[in-house]
Amino acid sequence: MNVIIGNSAAAVGAIETIRQYDQKEDIVVISKEPYRVYSRPLISYFLAGKVKSPQMYYRDTDFYKSNNVRTMLGKTVTGIDSKKQKVILDDGEKISYSKLLVATGGKPFVPPIEGSWKEGVFTFTTWDDAKALAKAARTAEEAVVIGGGMIGLKATESLQMLDVGVTVVELADRVLSLSLDEKASRLMQKHLKNAGVKIITENTVAEVMGRNKVTGVRLKDGTQISCDMVVIAIGVVPNTDLLGDASVKCNRGIVVNDEMQTNISNIYAGGDVAEATELLSGEKRVIPIWPVAYNQGSVAGSNMIGESKVYQGGLSMNSIEILGLPTISVGMTNPPEGDFKVYTKYESDKMAYKKVVLKDDVIMGSVFVNSIDRAGIITDLIKNKVNVRRFKSKLLNDDFGYVFFPQKERLEKLGA
Amino acid sequence: MKKIYVKEEVCIGCRLCEINCIVEHSKSKDIIKAFKKEIPRPVARVVVEEEGPLSFAVQCRHCDEPPCLEACMGGALSKDPRTGAVVHDKDKCVGCWMCIMVCPYGAIMRAKDGKKIASKCDLCPDREKPACVDGCPNEALVFEER
Repeated sequence: MNVIIGNSAAAVGAIETIRQYDQKEDIVVISKEPYRVYSRPLISYFLAGKVKSPQMYYRDTDFYKSNNVRTMLGKTVTGIDSKKQKVILDDGEKISYSKLLVATGGKPFVPPIEGSWKEGVFTFTTWDDAKALAKAARTAEEAVVIGGGMIGLKATESLQMLDVGVTVVELADRVLSLSLDEKASRLMQKHLKNAGVKIITENTVAEVMGRNKVTGVRLKDGTQISCDMVVIAIGVVPNTDLLGDASVKCNRGIVVNDEMQTNISNIYAGGDVAEATELLSGEKRVIPIWPVAYNQGSVAGSNMIGESKVYQGGLSMNSIEILGLPTISVGMTNPPEGDFKVYTKYESDKMAYKKVVLKDDVIMGSVFVNSIDRAGIITDLIKNKVNVRRFKSKLLNDDFGYVFFPQKERLEKLGA
Repeated sequence: MKKIYVKEEVCIGCRLCEINCIVEHSKSKDIIKAFKKEIPRPVARVVVEEEGPLSFAVQCRHCDEPPCLEACMGGALSKDPRTGAVVHDKDKCVGCWMCIMVCPYGAIMRAKDGKKIASKCDLCPDREKPACVDGCPNEALVFEER
């Protein structure tokens, strides 16, 4: 019996891969959310009304049936008994497993903020969060979003489209500081300000004000902002709550080898909860993004049924479009001091910016603002650690493509 | 599966493949109407790369393990279990551009038809041979099994 805890990208990756090889193995999916698999990254689109409920679902209605998967939705796992090989549910039921995949994802990181229990304070991770926010946004006039990262800015975009005024409060000195470089962040910030979003950096919310309901926030420096709602969108941390004393090794996330196996041989982990090999550094890292989650789930699923598959390493990457300004960033976007070569190109009239970071003629990272077409060619060069010495001067060309590759490599790639 | 391949030694960069792709994926399938009446004009799902005398067309390679499929957070991209083609569901696409970020061939375009959605080669399911291959004057594009 293969049991999967969690029901998002990693779970689907595992299911679809297992079924490529095997139709008979039992698969059970347990998830605390009551929904069949939906796309969490779409919650901001749902909030804005751009996506309706039917489009939220990641796979067709018959997904579980056609893949012969038994679901236990709306059930919370409270613990794992790794000796007896059982998963324990909150209602006391125990489910036996022979192989277990922990794909419990991330949970919102909520720092201690005075008054954060008050009505009108939200997190923004699940569909239910989006539903609650959508309801509150109908009557709200001003919102404070804590966190200028991807989740915070996606929430900001949607609230702005619903005619709610937004102030973003970010601890770092710029928005999207983890994914973008300085220049790209400044461009995004300018774009947001032009759209009417207020941005406060190097500051944080010290207190949510109001008796029982939010009336405003007080920042660390004493500034007060009136608002009807507060969205805590700082980021997610691996959701390792249910592990308890299962003696599964955890660092920031559940530590896995390149087969997505934990220190307990029949327990696997994948997705935002897992800490796996990062491609460029070779170190173990949590990379909480959709493609990595799907891929890790796929590797785990394969190995769970005895089809050996080795994880190639995850690469941090993001495609973030906010209020019409698209950005793509991959790998190392802010190189530390050292032997890195950085190429950039900025065209102010188009608000277009491109950057690649090289080390020993191998691309380590890329940033694209507004001009994002065919960015994937560069991503592929990063993933495959290709030496680009012979065409590095062309990397930022608007018409960059295979035409600049050495013939042999081009024919190999395009002839496959 | 049968895929579209290019013979760069005979491609002259005429870009008829782009034009035929646009017409095939237009509402009218009529060249004049597609270019003059359909606003915004459909985008070509094939790109001709050119540098000096070298030119060739690039379109979706319909990968065995497509990175775009893994990256597509809306579930809009899938592999047709019958044909092996990587197909795109316009209604599910939200235009997050994750596919553009990961496509090794730069073969996914941003459609400009009002709704912001991705656009890619579908191997022309209504035709025996894809329009780009059919219309290539030098047979620089071929549709074959390799």
